[in-house]
Amino acid sequence: MSDGAPVVHARGLSKRFGDFTAVDRLDLDIAKGEVVGFIGPNGAGKSTTIRMLCGLLRPSAGEAIVAGFDVARQPEAVRAHIGYMSQKFSLYADLTVAENLRFFGGIYRVPREELAARMRFAVTMAGLEGRETALVRTLAGGWKQRLALGCAILHRPPVLFLDEPTSGVEPKARRRFWDLINSLAADGVTILVSTHYMDEAEYCNRIVLIDGGRLVAAGSPTELRKHDLGGALFEMESATLGAALTVLRAAPGVVEAAIFGDRLHVLLAPAADPAALAPLLAARGIAAGPPMPITPSLEDVFVRLVSRHRAPEAA
Amino acid sequence: MFDRILAMLAKEFIELKRDRWAMVRLIAPLVIQLVIYGYAATFTVNHVSTAVLDLDNSQVSRALISHFVATGRFDIVDYPSSQAQFNRDINTGTAVAGIIIHAGFAKGFANGAGAPLEVAVDGTNSNTALIALGYVSQIVGVFEQERAPPAVGGGIGAAPRAVNISLQARPWFNEGLDDRWFFIPGVIGTLAMMQVISLTAFAVVREREMGTLEQIMVSPIGRVEFILGKTVPFFLIGFGDVALVTGLGALLFHIPFIGGPLVLMLGSTLFLLAAIGFGLLLSTQSRTQQQAFALNFFIVNPFFILSGFAFPIAAMPVALQWFTLINPLRYYIVILRAVFLKGVGVAVLWPDFLALFMLSAIMLVVSVLRFQKSLD
Ligand SMILES: Nc1ncnc2c1ncn2[C@@H]1O[C@H](COP(=O)(O)OP(=O)(O)O)[C@@H](O)[C@H]1O
Ligand SMILES: [Mg+2]
Repeated sequence: MSDGAPVVHARGLSKRFGDFTAVDRLDLDIAKGEVVGFIGPNGAGKSTTIRMLCGLLRPSAGEAIVAGFDVARQPEAVRAHIGYMSQKFSLYADLTVAENLRFFGGIYRVPREELAARMRFAVTMAGLEGRETALVRTLAGGWKQRLALGCAILHRPPVLFLDEPTSGVEPKARRRFWDLINSLAADGVTILVSTHYMDEAEYCNRIVLIDGGRLVAAGSPTELRKHDLGGALFEMESATLGAALTVLRAAPGVVEAAIFGDRLHVLLAPAADPAALAPLLAARGIAAGPPMPITPSLEDVFVRLVSRHRAPEAA
Repeated sequence: MFDRILAMLAKEFIELKRDRWAMVRLIAPLVIQLVIYGYAATFTVNHVSTAVLDLDNSQVSRALISHFVATGRFDIVDYPSSQAQFNRDINTGTAVAGIIIHAGFAKGFANGAGAPLEVAVDGTNSNTALIALGYVSQIVGVFEQERAPPAVGGGIGAAPRAVNISLQARPWFNEGLDDRWFFIPGVIGTLAMMQVISLTAFAVVREREMGTLEQIMVSPIGRVEFILGKTVPFFLIGFGDVALVTGLGALLFHIPFIGGPLVLMLGSTLFLLAAIGFGLLLSTQSRTQQQAFALNFFIVNPFFILSGFAFPIAAMPVALQWFTLINPLRYYIVILRAVFLKGVGVAVLWPDFLALFMLSAIMLVVSVLRFQKSLD
């Protein structure tokens, strides 16, 4: 690989299952040491893309080069240069921490004289010192995921594909996991990590947003945040979110409304009057707080981008 | 190559060791089935519940009845007093067999005019019925020989369902041991086949379901390395099965073993490889353990039935006879019986060895080729 060439490079990458297109002409470039967040709703095609890049699925069209090797023609060479964490937890539950590491060290042919040191590194990284003989099934989610990462990097791969590694992990452990990802990247590892936690986008150098198998947007968090939503954003509280949402979506001047946690985010056309919303809700007997202007978060931008992507004529 | 296979083997054996029930699951079915086949699955029938309607009520008829009881083959459960009650006994299943000694039995027996004896059996269990019928004729024949004056043309005429009173010896009338000797070698093959095919069939599918297969597929491990690591343990287990069942068979049922142990080992090796090949094919064809279970059922049962274990292959329809050619158990049972009972070696058995060798080679190659390191 020459300097500066992307470590992961895909052009027109597509995957069809029967007549359903799961990934549609995706272009992707990831530079050495970059952490790219792969973001999109469930079913967007994140896992399918990652599996193609790992050589687990054959692309229906397009090409992808990973670490200098063509995924369709040289899948074995690709495999030797990547680490992968599948979306489903996939360590052996009935093996201990050390036995799992030794197993993956064995099938990746980690030199015997180095295995002990690398196992120690992985154990320390996962925060599992002193628990080497614990059965993996007895570990809590965060530890399991860090151990899985430890197994995936035992052979020092230059490229890592992590498919929703933090799903189902509590926030503090997620934070810790991202610290690990960033420290690996600092050592020069190139990482593509998918997630459906929008807040995790902040930890990435770059974000690739996909929906329905297609690229929606790409850029750094700062670039994406600057994206013009095409209106002003307001936050509202209500005890009956669902009912309020229905009314707001039909209200004049509302470009878009969505539930964000326990609140509503409402995007109003520049000329619309926010004060008109409360009487509209009250007329339907829905109690709601007053609309408060807020600065859009990355998540607001993603929601807007995805809905604009889905219905371009409405936007 | 070796280090990867060793890593796989270490993992497989640790998983087996951690599985508390593995030993029970592996050994209990073998012992139970061996005992069942050894003791129950014989063509010998004992203690057939029988109703006797004695319309003659003579000394001769009573002597005949006590003859029946003395053999141990028949348990007289009822002495009905009428034809109606006799019929009820058979219809309700109280008795599986019924014997009617008609009036005039003693007289006919004495003067050689023919003694009327009627036998009714519950045809719903045709095996038992036929065997019981055979016993009746045997017992009557013996009784006749012991008792009757050598009146020419005399004898017991049984009607309307005629009892065969010719005195030809039936093999099962001996000690019943022949059956076992015939069965146990077949049991060895059947049990080893069932266990090895199903263990192998589930092995790969389970990893697929757990998600660990995907993790292994992205590693640079070769297909042959993976498959060897996965199946060598089952090969060893299969060999253990053969040894265990052979030992138990010798211990419990005194099966002779006149052939050469090496012949048995060679035959077992080829057979187990073929069984593993079939198991692997099931495993690579199945997405879920349920599918593997269903496929396993549809493979193992025909193999069992069409193996010559109980039903002679020569008596099957031609199409099924052709099918038995791809049945590894068919060849193995021939080898087992020959090794145990006849003591012949490769010089005689080579066609069976050759067939097993070709089957196992084809199955293993096909299943390795079918196993792709891809999720497509
Ligand atoms: N093997 C498959 N066969 C058919 N459809 C599939 C297969 N794998 C994934 N899909 C479909 O492709 C789409 C994208 O799936 P996936 O890549 O898993 O999405 P994501 O990881 O973004 O949630 C989904 O609609 C899914 O149902
Ligand atoms: Mg996914």
